[in-house]
Amino acid sequence: MTSNQPKKVIILGALSAVAEQVARIYAEEGAALLLAARKGEHLEGVASDLRARGAAQVKTATLDLASADAALEAPKMIEALGGGDHIVLAYGVLGDQERGEADQAEATRILQVDFMSAAQWCMAFARHLETQRSGSLVVIGSVAGDRGRASNYLYGAAKGGLAILVQGLAHRLSRVGVRAVIIKPGFIDTPMTASFKKGPLWAKPSAIAAIVRRAAERGGPIQYAPGFWRLIMLIIRTVPAFVFHRTKL
Amino acid sequence: MFSQAEPGISSWGRIIRREHEIAHPRFAEEVRAWARDSKQARLAIGLRRSYGDSGLSADALLIDMSGLDRIISFDPHTRILRAEAGFSLDELMRLFAPRGLFPSTCPGTRFVTLGGAVANDVHGKNHYSAGTFGCSVRGFTLLRSDRGLIEVTPESEPELFAATIGGLGLTGIILDVSIELTAIPSSEMDVEITPFSDLNGFFDIAAASEDRFEHTVAWIDCTVAGGKGVFQRANWAADGARNPHKPPGLARLPIDAPNFALNPLTLKAFNTLYYTAQTTGDRSKRLHYAPVLHPLDSIHDWNRLYGGRGFYQYQCAVPASAREAVRDLLDWIARSGEGSFLAVLKSFGPKQSPGLLSFPMEGYTLALDFPNRGERTLRLLDELDAIVRRAHGRLYPAKDGRISRAMMQAGYSELDRFAASVDALCRSDFWTRVST
Repeated sequence: MTSNQPKKVIILGALSAVAEQVARIYAEEGAALLLAARKGEHLEGVASDLRARGAAQVKTATLDLASADAALEAPKMIEALGGGDHIVLAYGVLGDQERGEADQAEATRILQVDFMSAAQWCMAFARHLETQRSGSLVVIGSVAGDRGRASNYLYGAAKGGLAILVQGLAHRLSRVGVRAVIIKPGFIDTPMTASFKKGPLWAKPSAIAAIVRRAAERGGPIQYAPGFWRLIMLIIRTVPAFVFHRTKL
Repeated sequence: MFSQAEPGISSWGRIIRREHEIAHPRFAEEVRAWARDSKQARLAIGLRRSYGDSGLSADALLIDMSGLDRIISFDPHTRILRAEAGFSLDELMRLFAPRGLFPSTCPGTRFVTLGGAVANDVHGKNHYSAGTFGCSVRGFTLLRSDRGLIEVTPESEPELFAATIGGLGLTGIILDVSIELTAIPSSEMDVEITPFSDLNGFFDIAAASEDRFEHTVAWIDCTVAGGKGVFQRANWAADGARNPHKPPGLARLPIDAPNFALNPLTLKAFNTLYYTAQTTGDRSKRLHYAPVLHPLDSIHDWNRLYGGRGFYQYQCAVPASAREAVRDLLDWIARSGEGSFLAVLKSFGPKQSPGLLSFPMEGYTLALDFPNRGERTLRLLDELDAIVRRAHGRLYPAKDGRISRAMMQAGYSELDRFAASVDALCRSDFWTRVST
């Protein structure tokens, strides 16, 4: 990648509130973008916006990123964009924990979307970045992956597993100067959480996006978003079980 | 469309606070799909900077349009920007000021959506040259409960165009807006500050500034009679950098100020300090547009300064011939001892506003804040109403949460004509009060 060539950025799950903000940051830098998401009817509007904001080019790919063999598409995406410098993985489902406990299909769905398919995409793009010997992979995980909690441990297990995978990739790829980072956001103020009473722990999607963008170039392989969550999760992880089990988290 | 009940919804004045059902769509298609088979009463809202109850609706679904914030197209030759209704002037300026482009006018806050700017036909400090925001609107897409999607331009749908500009969101859901941007030579402004000791001083400076200065505004100290104040006039600097404004800093009011925080003493102190700060030091300076055009945007949630009971903003316009009315209003306020934290006086030029319910008329506009002290405050506002009415003036619905039907009819001769264009399923608390 030379400095006068636009950065080539692939965003998986480009319609999420955070991912769209990430795409806007890259667009204003003049990057070339490939947006992948399941709902193609919304992608074109997002793409036009990014072009007007300054993106060198915007391509779209409509596909179910979480399906079993979706990650086989990774080389085609790189080809379509003419390269891949930064890869951002931003899709996922919260799922229904309670249903997942009674219904195996829901549990499988959460694990398939949030871990299995995501892991496959990471492995596929890691091969590309390793050969290229430059670039970065930034994956959006969750603080829920730091400690199993009754209210969302299926989601947490998937995100926790994904964090270990990305951490391993960061180790492997460090030898060739490639970055892999897992971002662990806390509470995000999105339409889905609009009715919650917001305290100082809530962050806007644009704030998380700024951390994602920076993580592609700086900082360690595990980044909390915002950073104070590192301390909160340190405390939550160290609370002994006999205390933790009395809480309703 | 995903919607839920949210407690404690209030407008910028924070006088009314109650539960509303709110939807937060992110894509226009979600709104269209919902509207296809919903008969629910509705009101589209934006960044909620309207002070009164024009953005609240007791029994309707509020549709928060701020998630529809994408640019649809921009043509650098015609300078026409088409964007979704939730796209904000804040974002517009951040993206386009570096390209030497700016909205033709903007209100005292950047935190307004295109939809909101259309629905209130907002004006700025450059009314003389630019007219209202509606003057730059070339068209919009409206989603009506009776006709579905309509592309509205002044040519294709003249009546609906005129009704929707300044139509307070009542003529249907505005999905996107096309506006013509204005070229600016730089992002900086040459600003002159001139103190005046009475209202005549204001009228003289205002008249002398009309042709030479694009942006003019005055602050009046309401705690003393006579109309002492500070006049600010500015032009875009012909040379200089093209920098966007910085994102708002961390300054914010984290909690409500106590209700007694604003009393005659603190008001007096504030106004004296403000006057001194404005009039000492350099009287002419070069400043970025943000502190000139949007002085309060640097403090988030400044409305909490008025405490938990909230406040009324009262903004009226009177014809140019009614200078005495401005004097009467200020005298009455000074005598009442209710004061006003910030009193802003501006002149409106002769440019015709395109909307049936557009607020600006050639003459003067006075905007005042009053902490909510219940009956006492309402009585004062009724007195002010009488003065405005005698002067053949009008009130600004975006500001007011109490305007009566009679006052609205007295100020807006096209009110009945406007009512004919209201979408049967659109309603706001403002409209419920004024239309029945």
